[in-house]
Amino acid sequence: MTDVTNLTAAELAGVIASGEASAAEVAEAFLGRIEAEDGAINAFLHVDAEGARAAARAVDEARAAGRELGPLAGVPVAVKDIMTTKGVPTTAASKMLEGWKPPYDATVVERLKAAGTVMLGKTNMDEFAMGSSTEYSAYGPTRNPWDLSRIPGGSSGGSSAAVASRMAPLSLGTDTGGSIRQPGAVTGTVGAKPTYGGTSRYGLIAFSSSLDTPGPFARNVLDAALLHEVIAGHDRRDSTSIPQPVPPVVAAARQGATGDLTGMRVGVVREFDEAEGAEPGVIAAYKQAVETLGKLGAEVVELSCPHFPYALPAYYLIAPSECSSNLARFDGVRYGVRTGDDGHNSLEEVMALTREAGFGPEVKRRIILGTYALSAGYVDEYYGKAQKVKTLITRDFTAAFEQVDVLVSPTTPFTAFEIGSRTEDPVQMYLADLYTIPSNLYGGPAISVPCGLSDGLPVGLQIMAPTMRDDLMYRVGAAFETTQTPLVPQR
Amino acid sequence: MSAISRDEVAHLARLARLAVTEDELDRFAGQLDSILQHVARIGEVAADDIPPTSHSVPLVNVMRADVPEPSLAREDVLAGAPDSAEDRFRVPRILDEE
Repeated sequence: MTDVTNLTAAELAGVIASGEASAAEVAEAFLGRIEAEDGAINAFLHVDAEGARAAARAVDEARAAGRELGPLAGVPVAVKDIMTTKGVPTTAASKMLEGWKPPYDATVVERLKAAGTVMLGKTNMDEFAMGSSTEYSAYGPTRNPWDLSRIPGGSSGGSSAAVASRMAPLSLGTDTGGSIRQPGAVTGTVGAKPTYGGTSRYGLIAFSSSLDTPGPFARNVLDAALLHEVIAGHDRRDSTSIPQPVPPVVAAARQGATGDLTGMRVGVVREFDEAEGAEPGVIAAYKQAVETLGKLGAEVVELSCPHFPYALPAYYLIAPSECSSNLARFDGVRYGVRTGDDGHNSLEEVMALTREAGFGPEVKRRIILGTYALSAGYVDEYYGKAQKVKTLITRDFTAAFEQVDVLVSPTTPFTAFEIGSRTEDPVQMYLADLYTIPSNLYGGPAISVPCGLSDGLPVGLQIMAPTMRDDLMYRVGAAFETTQTPLVPQR
Repeated sequence: MSAISRDEVAHLARLARLAVTEDELDRFAGQLDSILQHVARIGEVAADDIPPTSHSVPLVNVMRADVPEPSLAREDVLAGAPDSAEDRFRVPRILDEE
């Protein structure tokens, strides 16, 4: 049989269900691919070969026993290291949690297991999901399979690189300000942020609780929808989980694959067009994509979202504020490492030394920034104001969705940049999330779908949809995909 | 004028229980200053009458039935701790000796 690592997730599920290949053979093929490629890419922080083999064996046994298999049974998945996995090391790419093995599974991981998928291992990321390049990992950067001198996006850069380089057909990431969509865009993969509350946060190591959203990576839109449907749905262990049925994302992806968007209204945001700093090659690919959507039958409408230019500053007040509070739990007492406990230092001194040794520079910057934004005298001016801007951005979206079904934009202003080129200039790094952040503040779903190359590097088209209408972005994304040649990196 | 001074950064780091080095203070002060100048743009937005949004999902008082369920096993939880003794997390001294 041909190299199964070239198959889509849907195809893999098909060959496993038909018996053409066993789940065990599929798992071995991907483990072999990781063995061969990951030395150069560093997408995985931990490969759970033993666990993968056992999960694959269980699927093969279920099939042999005549039990019905789910739509992704036997398909391997890589999981971002911010999700707790029972008995499997989970570090969030921080030294703070080096060697920690969680005593429970995140809900999304539990659902992956229940669906019979095969977890290959844990992927690299920016420490505690803070970053846009995976360079802030405490375990070295992940490299982009399109060009090893460049970043794979972030914070879910290990998950994007693993899928782009065929070390996994599917992976999970989390998106707080663009951390699935931007890595998807710069690696030529599909990355989807579901509606906030549409996928459970239980078992995610919390960064910014009002924004954190787990979601899928895949090499095509249908595969992303299949994984989305497996992990989504109400979870009583997450108090912000939405108690409603999962939008029909798989059916929408199949409908979109007919390539017909007649009757669909697509909005382009004037304020994004006026934003500075986007690369000409990105803008060119994006304009071409908008033209293509028109050719597929969609009506393209230009409209205004006047508060979008304030999304980025509002985000960089809200997210650091919530992170400064969430990361207070890392105190060297309940999990992870402890530093400076020499019998003389006080508890408070040990905490400060532990946090100094355990956190990297971007995490410290954000904790300090958040502490500032929440401190007396500034909280109204900064955190309070940012929450008001969140309301205004939500109103912009609501008004826009009275005129159109979805909004589109480039996913990120620039293609994969060189490793090391932005780490000392945080504001330049933050600009990577310029187009993705509005959807996080609004809470609506958004997806990045490849829309061509600029100077040999992938560009993403972002499609944003109304809250709990995740199906719309999958329909438009799948239709657009029918016009594109699949992007395949050299590695 | 800078939005944040080196001394302020040192103070915030203390509040956040971060034992930052002198070198970090130098770097962070400049970087945080440029971040704050960027985010200060939200001051331009007229929003006096706008209510704040904390969560985009308007759920309030989410309740569930009060049914006891088994908790995680104590040894599983303590296994991940840096130090434990007598079935408890062990912490450094919190009171000065008399």
